[in-house]
Amino acid sequence: MITTDIAIIGSGPAGLFAVFEAGLLKLRTHLIDYLPQPGGQLSEVYPKKPIYDIPGYPTVQAQELVDKLLEQNKPFNPGFTLGERIESLEKRGERDFVLTTDKGTQINSKAVIIAGGLGCFEPRKPEVADLNKFEGGRGINYMVLDPEKFRNKKLVLAGGGDSALDWTIHLSQIASEVTLVHRSESFRGAPDSVNKVFELSKQGKVNLLLNSNLAKVDGNGVLKQVVVQNKNADDSRVIATDELILLFGLSPKLGPIERWGLNIEKNSIEVNPEDYSTNVEGVFAIGDINTYKNKLKLILCGFHEAAIASHAIYKYINPGVKYTLKYTTVNGVNAF
Amino acid sequence: MAENIKITVVNKGAEQVFEAPDDLGLNLMEFLKATEHQEIEGMCGGMALCATCHVRVLEGTTGDEGAKDDEVAMLETLPEIFGNSRLSCQIKLTDRIKNLKIELV
Repeated sequence: MITTDIAIIGSGPAGLFAVFEAGLLKLRTHLIDYLPQPGGQLSEVYPKKPIYDIPGYPTVQAQELVDKLLEQNKPFNPGFTLGERIESLEKRGERDFVLTTDKGTQINSKAVIIAGGLGCFEPRKPEVADLNKFEGGRGINYMVLDPEKFRNKKLVLAGGGDSALDWTIHLSQIASEVTLVHRSESFRGAPDSVNKVFELSKQGKVNLLLNSNLAKVDGNGVLKQVVVQNKNADDSRVIATDELILLFGLSPKLGPIERWGLNIEKNSIEVNPEDYSTNVEGVFAIGDINTYKNKLKLILCGFHEAAIASHAIYKYINPGVKYTLKYTTVNGVNAF
Repeated sequence: MAENIKITVVNKGAEQVFEAPDDLGLNLMEFLKATEHQEIEGMCGGMALCATCHVRVLEGTTGDEGAKDDEVAMLETLPEIFGNSRLSCQIKLTDRIKNLKIELV
């Protein structure tokens, strides 16, 4: 079991800055995020977009801000569990929490900060029957975590965005057969990627099925074949495949957080605005996921909340210990 | 003085008519979020980057020239879209909106 002072659920800007604020108080932190990389929405949804309301930065690209937060955190060496979702949050006693992920990883902490933004990014699924029968390693995938898994396999990919194009190009080099199914006859992704996919199709390296939808998945315990319907020609074809990769983007869901006994209002966690504590003592919520009177869903407000919550956690973890605020200009940043 | 525009919203089969201001520079996603239609997430804040404000335009006119390239590109990533699909964050509330009826997807 991983042990730490504060388990931070969510590694967007609020969660990342909580690492720094906790670190100044000599509290160790461990971040958990369902996405495979830190940064939350900033890295996943709009990495190249400029942000104009970070104090001191007239403009900063979203990914650049994430990179700088990660760099700022280095002295405090936070732990990371990425690509895993916290399923349960159990309070075993005062200053004793156990968090368990969907993959069975357990984290024992003295306090918890939920900085989950809008919740977990879950894959969008098409309306096709029986997809769930083949999920979890039985042939249906919603993201590519390790491309090597698909080496020498027969693959069908579906989707029309950049992610579908990029993975089609990449996987066509290592898989034995790649079919890309797309609803319309053109792609709106990056022109270079679109051209490359059409070129691979001409070379016979990618089987491109346009104006087509996935109609059916079939197999016996594991996926064996899919049926693809052409919208115009009214013809359907059966394609034998080892793996189906559905790439229709991600959509946020509050997910398991709803079941942890926290007061929830309209998909947000109610907090006390004095210290961003929730109704469960020792559990705090900061950033876009919390709600209180006059809440502003801004990154800069998440930073403020991270500082206040970290100090409240220091008091919770060290009852009776007097703490005097120390400035980084006086004390610097003392790594551990 | 600007007048309010009327927008009919269909959500899970139920219809409701709202009056929206056309002079505050709001987009339809922002307006819907301010009503009780909280299932409109508008996660990316209105940059046409997340498709969590997908609606269908059933009737009337949005008063713009339809979806622009970045909006179409985002719609293309969804598992299912319709001929009348739009991202509500890209529909500006202006007095050019007439008899608009939309459905939340």
